[in-house]
Amino acid sequence: MRVPLSWLKEFVDVALPVEVLAERLTTAGLEVSHIEYIGLPQQTIPGVRYPKSDHLVWDREKILLGAIREVKRHPEADRLLLAMVDYGGPELEQCVTGAPNIGQYAGLGPLETPLWTPFAMEGAQVWDGHSEERKLMTLKGKSLRGIYNKSMVCSEKELGISDEHEGILLLDPQPNFVPGTPLADVLGDVILHVELTPNFGHALSILGVAREVAALTGQELREPSYVLRGRGAPVAQAIEVEIRDAQRNPRFTLTLLRGAKVQPSPQWMQRRLKAVGQRPINNIVDVTNYVMFEMGQPLHAFDYDKLLARAKGRTPKLITRLAREGETLKTLDGQERALSVNDIVIADNDDVAISLAAVMGGYDTEIDDNTTNVLLEAATWDFISVRRTAHSQKLFSEASTRFSRNLHPSRAILGNQRGMALMQQVAGGEVAEGLLDAYPQPAEPITISLPLHEIKRLLGIEMSVQQAAELLTRLQFDVTLEGETLHVTAPTYRTDIGTGVIGQADLIEELARLIGYDRIPDTIMADEMPPQRSFRAFEMEERVRDLLVSLGLRENISYRFSTPEAEARLVPPGAVSSFPQAEYVALQNPISADKTVLRHTLLAGLLENAARNLRYAQRQQVFEIGSVYLKQGTGLPAEPLRLGLLMTGARRPAAWPDSAAPAGDVDFYDLKGLIEGLLEGLHIRDYVVRRSTHSSFHPGRSADLLIAGQPVGAFGQLHPLVAQAIRWEGAPVLMAELDLEALISAAPVRHTFAPLPTTPAVLEDIAIVVREDVPHAEVEALIRRAGGPLLKDVRLFDVYRGSQIGEGHKSLAYALTYQTNERTLTDKDVQKIRQKIVATLEKQLEARLRA
Amino acid sequence: MSDSLQTLTDEALHALEQCADDDSLQAWKVKYLGQKGVVRDLMNKIASLPVEERKPYGLAVNGFKEALSHAYEARLQALQDAKLARDLEEGALDITMPGRPRQVGGLHPSTQTLRQIYAIWADMGFQVYKSRDVEDDDTNFTLLNIPPHHPARDMQDTFYTTEPNIILRTHTSPGQIRAMRDLGQGGTQPIRVILPGMCYRYEQITPRSEVQFHQVEGLVIGRNIRMSDLKGTITAFARRMFGEQAAVRFRASYFPFTEPSMEIDVECFLCDGQGCRICKHSGWLEIAGSGMVHPTVLRNGGYDPTQWSGFAFGMGPERMTILKHGIEDIRYFWANDIRFLEQF
Ligand SMILES: [Zn+2]
Repeated sequence: MRVPLSWLKEFVDVALPVEVLAERLTTAGLEVSHIEYIGLPQQTIPGVRYPKSDHLVWDREKILLGAIREVKRHPEADRLLLAMVDYGGPELEQCVTGAPNIGQYAGLGPLETPLWTPFAMEGAQVWDGHSEERKLMTLKGKSLRGIYNKSMVCSEKELGISDEHEGILLLDPQPNFVPGTPLADVLGDVILHVELTPNFGHALSILGVAREVAALTGQELREPSYVLRGRGAPVAQAIEVEIRDAQRNPRFTLTLLRGAKVQPSPQWMQRRLKAVGQRPINNIVDVTNYVMFEMGQPLHAFDYDKLLARAKGRTPKLITRLAREGETLKTLDGQERALSVNDIVIADNDDVAISLAAVMGGYDTEIDDNTTNVLLEAATWDFISVRRTAHSQKLFSEASTRFSRNLHPSRAILGNQRGMALMQQVAGGEVAEGLLDAYPQPAEPITISLPLHEIKRLLGIEMSVQQAAELLTRLQFDVTLEGETLHVTAPTYRTDIGTGVIGQADLIEELARLIGYDRIPDTIMADEMPPQRSFRAFEMEERVRDLLVSLGLRENISYRFSTPEAEARLVPPGAVSSFPQAEYVALQNPISADKTVLRHTLLAGLLENAARNLRYAQRQQVFEIGSVYLKQGTGLPAEPLRLGLLMTGARRPAAWPDSAAPAGDVDFYDLKGLIEGLLEGLHIRDYVVRRSTHSSFHPGRSADLLIAGQPVGAFGQLHPLVAQAIRWEGAPVLMAELDLEALISAAPVRHTFAPLPTTPAVLEDIAIVVREDVPHAEVEALIRRAGGPLLKDVRLFDVYRGSQIGEGHKSLAYALTYQTNERTLTDKDVQKIRQKIVATLEKQLEARLRA
Repeated sequence: MSDSLQTLTDEALHALEQCADDDSLQAWKVKYLGQKGVVRDLMNKIASLPVEERKPYGLAVNGFKEALSHAYEARLQALQDAKLARDLEEGALDITMPGRPRQVGGLHPSTQTLRQIYAIWADMGFQVYKSRDVEDDDTNFTLLNIPPHHPARDMQDTFYTTEPNIILRTHTSPGQIRAMRDLGQGGTQPIRVILPGMCYRYEQITPRSEVQFHQVEGLVIGRNIRMSDLKGTITAFARRMFGEQAAVRFRASYFPFTEPSMEIDVECFLCDGQGCRICKHSGWLEIAGSGMVHPTVLRNGGYDPTQWSGFAFGMGPERMTILKHGIEDIRYFWANDIRFLEQF
């Protein structure tokens, strides 16, 4: 909301520099996001920081209020005029101008009433009115078609007031100022841009902000006059009102102005409306807007004669009610609108809707240039209905914004009185006697009892009852004291104040705001410490992250949104998906076509990231930890945590000797090694892998991981058909998706330390030739079984295939470690075990010893 | 005799000087000091000498042997020294060539900031509590004192799911209700937790706004928790996060679930409060929203608001990361561009 300081000062004296005021308002919850200066200089206040403004500052010596006493024609140029300007100097200044809006005064001789206008002297800086972009110029004397000129009468654009440059700025007569007064004193202003949170509905007006300023600075508040004097036939005889739903229309008030003349509003009113961002229309409409900005109550004006015509001889009647299914209304913007049953309308004698309450007036009863009798409405509407209507009709006006913040019915009557008085002032005519006030269920005042100790309990500060009462009184709360308790009645316009314990909290907040949050001390909690809980799942999740980072992986965090189609691309055509069978959590209002559901898998996101990164990096090794979302009936979905892994490209980072020994691309065993490293880090030993049937993976190069017999996910090379479907252009992709919660719960809470050996180990290598289809795991298991307790470790270190081995066979080389703490083993001991191992392998696997 | 030994010595030493490598040195050693060398020959002759000559002869030959041995050791040392000197000189590498890179992993910048936040709050006794992403309308709004059609619902653009009343949480605050109901044991236990998690807003994705972002909510409930505690605690956090000298400003604001509510600003650490582009020339950076838990929310969590009080706060790890590292575009966070991730 734009708050001109000049308008604010009508209701409260402002002694502080405006920058300090802005800071004070900001810390009290009325955030001043921007300070706009018109002609006045920005002040630098220590500790108060606003961005440096680059506006035009009006030189107090050189930019003055001028009065044009006579307009002459330029002897040499048809388009130019000579304005004879009184600027308080010894003689009139002759000023060459092309302003079309004073042409009509040319050649009339000395003017009876002067034309008041801003006047800039030689050396003054103004904006260049002819330049498209903002450009400063300094006035210098020069001859214009033979006449020497060194000064200027100014347009709004040249002064930085607006972009208006059609003519010079002509002001209404200025009885309070003499020519030569610095213009800054006449038109200089500062506009505060105040951002109001929803609880500050009562401050959505100049008066509302003035109330806060008064309370915060301890100044007196000057309310506008609400006095209205009527004459002639009372309004109650001219119109009837029927409220059909008092819940939705608590109050409806009307006044009537007879014999008004519709014309442009006076300059002061237009200036103020423009300053707050409202375009002036005509005096009647302008008054409704002016009062809304001034005190927050929106008004609506009907052309009474149009209602009279619709009444066809009856007394005109206004009915407020909910709209009916299928009902339509032409609003004053000319749009034919389909109404919903939640909209509140105002209807005529025949129950035909003529106005959309609180949001926009009707086309058929609006004020036009020929209007003479004006019926002025000020009402209160249910704020929830207004919000609904504003949303459904997409009509967010200044009026609907204010109504939707819950206006109190008390404001309606004040707004109507204030509006009608102003209307008569600017449009003439006669105000009808009385005010029609339909108010079926008057609102109860809000009263709260606040014991003093509650203030201390919640704020942590000491305060006397008198102090608290004084602060609340500044905000127009009515306070009586009873011992250490304040009995408080809220001012009617404070619809944000509750009752009981909530009302107490509301009052305590007001006290804290007025004191200033910075004056509440900083303390350390003295309250008892809550019982500490263990949260192993969280700690282990972070542990998994650390392990994966230590294994060289980078963490990804992807959008948790996806589409069923994107995830379906990970399943080869015709295959049965291995992803969760649950329904998707689907969005009713997706933000874009690629984010319509919450994901079922981390793989799609990881793969998309990798595809985007291919341009920069062929080699990628990443992980992601996060939820997938599985719908469970109509309730909340399951959100199980998954771990996703992705690796592709070279096994090792590129380095300069690589031309001699390229590392090769990662394959299944790199991924498996990574997973084994993770399991080792988690001290999980009881796991096996088995060939996987996961739809996204190469059937021969993928595996399911089982821990303690339970599957926890799959890993392997991306299925070639999937790689093709997503147009993958890099090296083979290895991926895994594991159930993180299962992994974490499988990790032992503690593991036992194995004592270090006290005797040396005997190391020995053994190479075994077996058929190609014999899996390593089987060989290793047999070696371990045959090796008995003295065989401490078996590690595969080479696999060889070649002509010496024979077709269909492979050689597996193992490093064996023998050791016991009971004694130091001899070659003879080892020889015996080795023979047993070889014999077992020969017998069980038809293996033969190679070396 | 001694003359001929002298001649022999001169000859031997001269030959030694000619030895420039291991091989020739070895050959010299064999020739003079070896099993069948000159010294041995001379020694062998002793038996054929008269008895009285034997002693002086023996002494003389021994002297000869000593002299040659010493000379040999010296020469050997000299050659080794020379070789080492040559090695040290010739073994110099081009130290400007790049090192062979190690595989470096790393946490996402959001995770790094989250951990920093966890650590600071943990020191002050705040434990992590996790709450769900997909919420019901009640917990996300109504129980937090945001009934349907409350103007505050305009402040948060919500993702709705096709299931009625099931939405994506717009903030981590619904976790307050869940934590109170879960840990409060019917409003009888104090609470001190932080609730990290992803939140979702229906907003266009631009350099300044995202559809998903992390938040860390904090919640304290106790029998004696005051606004002054809120101020002291959050100031302590801000000083650890942003520097011991950081000035902290508490500005009245509005959240339906707290009262009094406030925004917390910290003096801009990029310009020391002098005003810069990042702080929009205000000298302040907004780091958190906060307030005393609203009585309605306490009640909805199972606590009696006349006996219990508390405070809550919410902060954005991505925003903190952006400020700390001068990141211009929030869209980097979920794009996972490797060139972005590698900088953290
Ligand atoms: Zn800054």
